[in-house]
Amino acid sequence: MMRFASLGQAALVALVVVYLLAVYLLPSQVWMGFTINALAMSIVALSWNITGGFGGMASFGHAAMYGTGAYASAVLQVQFGVNAWVAFAAGIAAGALMGAFIGALAFRYGVKGSYFALVTLAFAEVLRICASAFEITGAGRGLQLTLQPGVATLQFNNDRVLTYTLLLGIVALVMALTAWLKYSRFGAYLVAVRENEDAARALGIDTYRVKVTAMAISGAFGGLAGAVYLQLWLFIDSSVVYGVSISVTALIGPIIGGAGTVWGPLVGTLGLHLLGEGAKTALHGAPGLNFVLYALVLIAALRFLPQGLMGLAARIGVLGRKGGDDA
Amino acid sequence: MLEVRNLTKRFGGLLALSDASLDVPEGAIVGLLGPNGAGKTTCFTIIAGFTRADSGSVRLDGQDITGLPPHRICGLGMVRTFQIVQPFAGLTVQENIAVGAYLRHESRREALAEARRIGQRLGMGALLDRPAASLTIAGRKRLEIARALATGARLLLLDEVMAGLIPTEVTEIVGIIRQIRDEGHTFLMIEHVMQAVMSLAETAYVLNYGKMIAQGTPQQLVRDPAVVEAYLGHGAAARLQEAAHA
Ligand SMILES: Nc1ncnc2c1ncn2[C@@H]1O[C@H](COP(=O)(O)OP(=O)(O)O)[C@@H](O)[C@H]1O
Ligand SMILES: [Mg+2]
Repeated sequence: MMRFASLGQAALVALVVVYLLAVYLLPSQVWMGFTINALAMSIVALSWNITGGFGGMASFGHAAMYGTGAYASAVLQVQFGVNAWVAFAAGIAAGALMGAFIGALAFRYGVKGSYFALVTLAFAEVLRICASAFEITGAGRGLQLTLQPGVATLQFNNDRVLTYTLLLGIVALVMALTAWLKYSRFGAYLVAVRENEDAARALGIDTYRVKVTAMAISGAFGGLAGAVYLQLWLFIDSSVVYGVSISVTALIGPIIGGAGTVWGPLVGTLGLHLLGEGAKTALHGAPGLNFVLYALVLIAALRFLPQGLMGLAARIGVLGRKGGDDA
Repeated sequence: MLEVRNLTKRFGGLLALSDASLDVPEGAIVGLLGPNGAGKTTCFTIIAGFTRADSGSVRLDGQDITGLPPHRICGLGMVRTFQIVQPFAGLTVQENIAVGAYLRHESRREALAEARRIGQRLGMGALLDRPAASLTIAGRKRLEIARALATGARLLLLDEVMAGLIPTEVTEIVGIIRQIRDEGHTFLMIEHVMQAVMSLAETAYVLNYGKMIAQGTPQQLVRDPAVVEAYLGHGAAARLQEAAHA
């Protein structure tokens, strides 16, 4: 049973749900294609939200996990002929390992705040360069999956409605896991680490372990996002999946929507995509314009909406109930 | 219960602790006194595992815990509070206490129930759903104790929980601490203000410039010339004597 802090939050969530269902009914396929992209990106936003939102460890390099998930899956399928399902699972695992590795290294040396953001960015850049250098990762050419639609190959590109439904399912699953984490002991510990690390340590929390575990979980979601991208487009290259724009998309959605909430990353990512698409249409598709717009929205959000859209909505029509909320 | 032996700690050229030892027997309330900058907080940070001493050892229930990380020490039943209170500002009072309670209660429902119970016991029943950031200084000091207690620790190290409180609040906290002790907990408490400790501690140690200069009942200590000098400056004891005889 969902509980919300306010009518505003309930309305915002309802709006998103109605939109996502309405996409099935809209006559134009354009909406569905567009929303598929937004949903795919919201997975990496949900990934960032675990560490950046709940844990207060803002990364600027979530492409490191995203790209690793995509590449692990692609290399296994293209170079080793591994089954797509197995490769997909391996992509998730590889993302988790990469997250844990970056976390273990960074937190071992007490890296925090903007230094942590820079370390993650550096990792993503190094990985990008490596992927474009080695033959096994397709070097500068990238990796292309053989087009072979079917359940065994995890390729549903010929069925848009099915693709959309599967993506909805994946996003719902990641959000359910996020909600579960939020209400677990681990979630409480993660927030405690964000709020005050010394107090957390005094109360018996192994903060290093909590942070590394958070990076592993976030990495698993990030790897999942990358593996999903691969199955959607059947082609990856280092400048895309390890690119800065992935890292930016990962953090901007949660910050606009509400970091450290279950719905925030989806709300923010969808909102931004709609805004970006609207502007593109209005201004006849000037390239890169959506990022200029994102930057403006981000600045405005950081200035006026410290808790994002979910935080804003939470203040509208507050329900007379005590305790936390499920959103 | 707690045996601290010969702790020495340097910060650059500053000798913050020099060969300091103390004992806390089970069930006692022991005071750690001394003027500002004497090294009391440093002593706590070392005992609780936040900093390593240059030399010396700490034993808890006979087990050597020197150099263990804070979370392990907390798991063994000893927890510290902070002189500069450290609430989880974005959480409610109950959620703050629950973070401590999670150490022994894995389920959220149990941790929150335990947090409620402890909050009520510390007289914070009406504040449980308030954000911790909205608490007054007295409330925050209580929250520090509540969170520490929620971990299930048997030995609590309290760092100046009375500082900054008005007399009626001090009286309340004194009552609460005495009650918790009677339920089987042990305390080592730092107080800068002598009067606060006088009414609680059976024994107290006095630190000055990193050295343990005295140990005894609070009543003995206030008559100890070395202690009086530490607090009031060189020659103060002699002047007081003269004044008393004059
Ligand atoms: N991390 C630190 N680095 C350098 N000096 C410190 C540090 N912590 C404490 N000190 C110094 O050590 C001395 C003892 O400090 P402290 O233990 O906080 O005293 P007290 O709690 O008795 O007032 C002070 O002179 C203080 O400035
Ligand atoms: Mg101090």
